[in-house]
Amino acid sequence: MPLRIYGHLVAAKTRADFQYRTSFFLYLASQTLISFADMVVVLILFTQVSSIASWSRSQVLFLYALSGIGFGLADLFISQVGLVSRHIKAGTFDQFLLRPLGALWQLSALEFAPRRAGRAVQPVIVLAVILPALDVQWTPVKVALVPITVVCGAVIFGAVWVTASSLAFYLVNSQELANSFTYGGSFLTQYPIDILGPWLRRFFTFAVPLAFVCYFPAAYIVDQPLPESIPSWFSFAAPVIALASVVVARALWRLGIRHYRSTGS
Amino acid sequence: MTANDRDPAIELRDVSKTFRVAHKKGRVRRGLREVVAVDDISLAIERGSIVGYIGPNGAGKSTTIKMLTGILVPSSGQVRVDRLDPSRARLEVTRRIGVVFGQRSQLWWDLPLRDSFSLLRHVYRVPGPRHQENLDRFVELLDMAEFVDVPVRQLSLGQRMRGELAAAILHDPTILFLDEPTIGLDVVSKEAVRRFLIELNRERHTTVLLTTHDLADVERLCERLIIIDHGTVIEDGTVADIKERYGTERTVVIDLDQPSVPLTVAGTEVVRIDGPRQWLRFRRADTTAAAVVAAVAEQADVRDLTVDEPEIDDIVRHIYQASR
Ligand SMILES: Nc1ncnc2c1ncn2[C@@H]1O[C@H](COP(=O)(O)OP(=O)(O)O)[C@@H](O)[C@H]1O
Ligand SMILES: [Mg+2]
Repeated sequence: MPLRIYGHLVAAKTRADFQYRTSFFLYLASQTLISFADMVVVLILFTQVSSIASWSRSQVLFLYALSGIGFGLADLFISQVGLVSRHIKAGTFDQFLLRPLGALWQLSALEFAPRRAGRAVQPVIVLAVILPALDVQWTPVKVALVPITVVCGAVIFGAVWVTASSLAFYLVNSQELANSFTYGGSFLTQYPIDILGPWLRRFFTFAVPLAFVCYFPAAYIVDQPLPESIPSWFSFAAPVIALASVVVARALWRLGIRHYRSTGS
Repeated sequence: MTANDRDPAIELRDVSKTFRVAHKKGRVRRGLREVVAVDDISLAIERGSIVGYIGPNGAGKSTTIKMLTGILVPSSGQVRVDRLDPSRARLEVTRRIGVVFGQRSQLWWDLPLRDSFSLLRHVYRVPGPRHQENLDRFVELLDMAEFVDVPVRQLSLGQRMRGELAAAILHDPTILFLDEPTIGLDVVSKEAVRRFLIELNRERHTTVLLTTHDLADVERLCERLIIIDHGTVIEDGTVADIKERYGTERTVVIDLDQPSVPLTVAGTEVVRIDGPRQWLRFRRADTTAAAVVAAVAEQADVRDLTVDEPEIDDIVRHIYQASR
């Protein structure tokens, strides 16, 4: 969808939302608090231990910030796709197929919730604070890897969101399942995957590639060893994984739309 | 006229749509049952015509429209809208068609109606001057000046439906699909909608396919009527044709000089008497209105008379019953 049209639609949604000002600000505050709470958990953990899987406090906070920004961006721009299950149940998904724009981007624009921005802001601050505190020999590769990781992270989260939401075309009440992958996954990516058992570790590497979101690249940046059996080039594979995730998500979404059955009157 | 203009605007070839729906089989076991909503329909609709697509509830009207508008993919058969397959070329088709579902809204609920119009202008990328021209014309034709700046959620159903209609055609579609556009409307709004459709069709040759339960819509608007039931076409023709074929009974209403005993005319039956007025029903196969009137004039002094045409409502009800 052309950016200009997206902008017009988002502006309209914001104007409409703003008619309910109080709930707008309450929600913005709650979103900021939620992502703040995640960070407090990390800080409390480190009052008890000095490292998690050999990662220091600043290193884990670095991971937290990378994951938080990527997730925040996906939350802001793509998470709306999760509402597809509600539209399917109500039969209101019809309208998305009647306009000359992709249904996914229409959902993203028409259900855009500016109040979600709260989620992405706080990890940006953490990143700004933690970067200078990291004990890292910065090389051009490491510097470039930071923004690349954030963008690829957002794309991978977005693709997981779309993939999981495509289930809604086949299953009723699939939204909880989808959310457990996305919100649950986002929580996992805040920690080194070494804390997971080998089975889960493989799952989040090869099946739902959330380990690429920030753990593999971050490990390279802060000079932490990858778990055994993980080749070192995985630290640089995020763009490829992001692209592959998008291809899969797009195919499943389109297949889902062809299976859309609307509702009887 | 080019070859393209002679292609039908809408075409269905052996189109079926089956839904699998869950149904309870016993306490726990749930089975799947197949519902054939559209059953092997073939039809073509000429450019620039207004066609009524009618049938009882559950006949398959909405399902047909959803396949034509790219919402549903047919289970089998071919659908063509402006020569395109809506399920393959959906985005392209959306630019050429306008759609109104009487039970759904495509307007922005919390914003003034005008904002919906301007958003749709961006969505369809209508050039500014063209948009303004259309908007002015539609506001005038649909009498919307009073409420175009009111948030949609505050509009009456009739006002909203006029807004929906305008919203559906601001991008100059050549084909318009209307699924029960007059459902629940007051008389004034109904009339506004009908007048507007006639005007649109006359001015721009827009092809219109509409479903409705109000046969007054059909009589006012449609030269052609397609009647479906159980997912198949059971009747297809002009309104006059269908009346001719099914309107087998007629009634002559006669005002006599003074009240009289029931008249006895061969081939007729007096079905009602009200003072000096009598209703004589006859089958068109048995006699003619002229013969009836002549026979009556021999028996009594006639002051006035009218011949009641069969009502399309009655005919359609009759056709539905026959197909059950
Ligand atoms: N999305 C759907 N899922 C299951 N059954 C449906 C669906 N849509 C329509 N049907 C069934 O198909 C038949 C035709 O429905 P519909 O096309 O809505 O009829 P109409 O619009 O003529 O009233 C009905 O039996 C209806 O229950
Ligand atoms: Mg219907």
